[in-house]
Amino acid sequence: MAKKVLMGNHAVSYGARLSRVEVIAAYPITPQTQVVEELAEMCAWGDLNAKFIKVESEHSAMAACIGASATGARAFTATSSQGLLLMHEMLHWAAGARLPIVMANINRALAPPWSIWSEQTDSLAQRDTGWLQFYCESNQEVLDTTIQAFKISERVLLPAMIILDAFFLSHTYEPVEVPAQEAVDEFLPPYKPPLKLDVDDPHAFGALVGPDGYYEFRYNIQKAFEEAQRAIIEVGEEFGERFGRAYGLVEPFYVDDAEVVLVTSSTITSTARAVIKERRARGERVGLLKIRVFRPFPFEAVREMLLGVPKVAVIDRNLSLGHHGIFHAELKSALYGQRNAPAVFGFVAGLGGRDVTPRTIHQILDIVGSQEEPDRDVYWIGLKAKAEEGQPAGNGRKQRQRVKA
Amino acid sequence: MAVSVRQVEDEALHVIKTDRHPEDEILRKDRLPHIWCPGCGIGVAVTAYIEALKRSDIPREQHVVVSGIGCTGRVAGYVNLDSYHTTHGRAIPFATGLAIANPELEVTVFSGDGDLFAIGGNHIIHAARRNVDLNVICVNNFNYGMTGGQFGPTTPEEAKTTTTPYGNVEDGFNLPYLAAASGAVYVARWTSLHFRPLRDAILRAFQKRGLTFIEVVSPCPTSFGRPNELGEGLDEMEWYRLSCVIDHDADLREIGLSMRKDSHIVVGNFVDVERPEFLERYERVIQRAQGQRSAAQEVGPESKRDQAQAQGGAA
Ligand SMILES: Cc1ncc(C[n+]2csc(CCOP(=O)(O)OP(=O)(O)O)c2C)c(N)n1
Ligand code: SF4
Ligand SMILES: [Mg+2]
Repeated sequence: MAKKVLMGNHAVSYGARLSRVEVIAAYPITPQTQVVEELAEMCAWGDLNAKFIKVESEHSAMAACIGASATGARAFTATSSQGLLLMHEMLHWAAGARLPIVMANINRALAPPWSIWSEQTDSLAQRDTGWLQFYCESNQEVLDTTIQAFKISERVLLPAMIILDAFFLSHTYEPVEVPAQEAVDEFLPPYKPPLKLDVDDPHAFGALVGPDGYYEFRYNIQKAFEEAQRAIIEVGEEFGERFGRAYGLVEPFYVDDAEVVLVTSSTITSTARAVIKERRARGERVGLLKIRVFRPFPFEAVREMLLGVPKVAVIDRNLSLGHHGIFHAELKSALYGQRNAPAVFGFVAGLGGRDVTPRTIHQILDIVGSQEEPDRDVYWIGLKAKAEEGQPAGNGRKQRQRVKA
Repeated sequence: MAVSVRQVEDEALHVIKTDRHPEDEILRKDRLPHIWCPGCGIGVAVTAYIEALKRSDIPREQHVVVSGIGCTGRVAGYVNLDSYHTTHGRAIPFATGLAIANPELEVTVFSGDGDLFAIGGNHIIHAARRNVDLNVICVNNFNYGMTGGQFGPTTPEEAKTTTTPYGNVEDGFNLPYLAAASGAVYVARWTSLHFRPLRDAILRAFQKRGLTFIEVVSPCPTSFGRPNELGEGLDEMEWYRLSCVIDHDADLREIGLSMRKDSHIVVGNFVDVERPEFLERYERVIQRAQGQRSAAQEVGPESKRDQAQAQGGAA
């Protein structure tokens, strides 16, 4: 094991290399580019024995991964935002075809207006495509999750998305333990697909099925998601035993006796953790629940943690337009009708990469602390005054930075 | 109208004194300074477009610029005309919608090689086949400039980029050949050194009905020039001066670009042909269909639908 200082994007590349990916197909988009540039370099140097193909769009990237995976190869790609949206059709296909492709998505806001900054709506909008989704908080978690994702995916035959915040992780350098190749090889043996494109044992894939068969295909995928819950827990524990860092579906922090629990994901978690520590030191009974796995949604884990807690506040750096923040909505569906369900407050914050600072989190805790029940469906935090009157908050002209789209 | 040296000097002095750029009226000054690097060729292409626009007899209000995404894609945001900065690769379909909904517009698509020929590659061949009335100006800098210089659809074999650190294994597209084969009625290639012929080519494109295509070979010193020994923007322009060959009758199959120092760049106005434009043919089909219908009505009994309509009832 070696400690390196890696940017989040390179943590993905190292994870993919250690997992011995065999085919990489990708198209560049800010802020994902370093993931693939590093892999191209590794391939060119011979450090990674993979075929690297830079295709003409994200749609083609996923299609190429699907082809590669269908032959039994370990396939990988990375994208972000508009690129992920362009893949949408192929995402459904990868899951429906039960191909354990792994990809990294760097969370970036959607256009228009153009933005390259962090927001989770791109990946959350893919929640119904049949992909496992892991939201990462640190570069270490990014690397570790990449390796685990292959193992989990290959066990349940579902594709997996590793998700990290634009810039807050993708371009931020952190110390990361990089496991030794032999140790990873022991943990993650080569992929042995039950069925593949094979000249010696031919099968036809992608055929038409009538109403008498389709329904069962979907049932089987849903079953695989149930199995995935167990697989994620077991693989996370095994990873802990081997590498000293265990992972699960959710991660509690001072939840036990808490009167208010914040629910977060990705890097907002780290900020929230600092605020919770500070308030605990002042004797306040506040806690935090990080959701690491969004698909399959950890219904049981969430209920176990939150039933009996008086108040819960979800912070969403994402939005289902016309509805709520997406973690908020899903969390409520997990708690609805349960005995001792908490009052759930939903906060939308930090869209388009606006900073969510300790002050933001304090504001949220103050609002939740001052009332028994939420008095609106969604709280917008830090909205500029003009916008509240129904006008856009700025004309965007002040921005003079060089912006890569 | 002859212009004296004195007049030119006066104009230049006036510009200096008043801190005004000659193209100010067609640029969105509030968006400046622009994002382009020193030595980038995109600005020359924009100036050539503006100069052509000033000389064209199409009123300024009718000109529209549509761009995809990329450094070149930024053009739509800098011109003080109706403009649309669309998504990556989709400039041509957006523009097609504009052009067919309002045929009065003179629609110019300004975008990069990656935008037009990788992610949007499907659209240009179909727009050319369909012969939609669009002008497509492609700034070809042989890489995805905006995302940091990865190889793209025009990157020559062996060229170095951030995703081909030891040389590209693929061939790049020969754009004029591709455009001509797809059906473009006007095809030209110039470089950012050839300001006047480029301006005149754009002017000619404005006059044509149907899909016109102009490739502007352009330095991207930041991402392509330096790793490929073409140097800074000016060095690359100097190389263009030495290596360009004007040949309007070139065999388009032969004019692919390697961008190697020992190679030539063939430039010229290669194709200028007439072919009915999409809406013209569309109109013809409508007339033909209407003609057939009225002929049928003259001879045959009215259809049930026509009878019902004539009686004022719902069909
Ligand atoms: C769907 C999608 N994929 C990827 C991107 C990222 N992206 C922005 S510009 C660009 C390439 C631009 O290259 P080119 O068109 O050649 O323009 P240049 O910057 O070289 O002028 C890419 C890949 C995006 N914006 N949207
Ligand atoms: S990166 Fe290249 S294409 Fe983009 S502005 Fe700079 S020189 Fe021009
Ligand atoms: Mg380019």
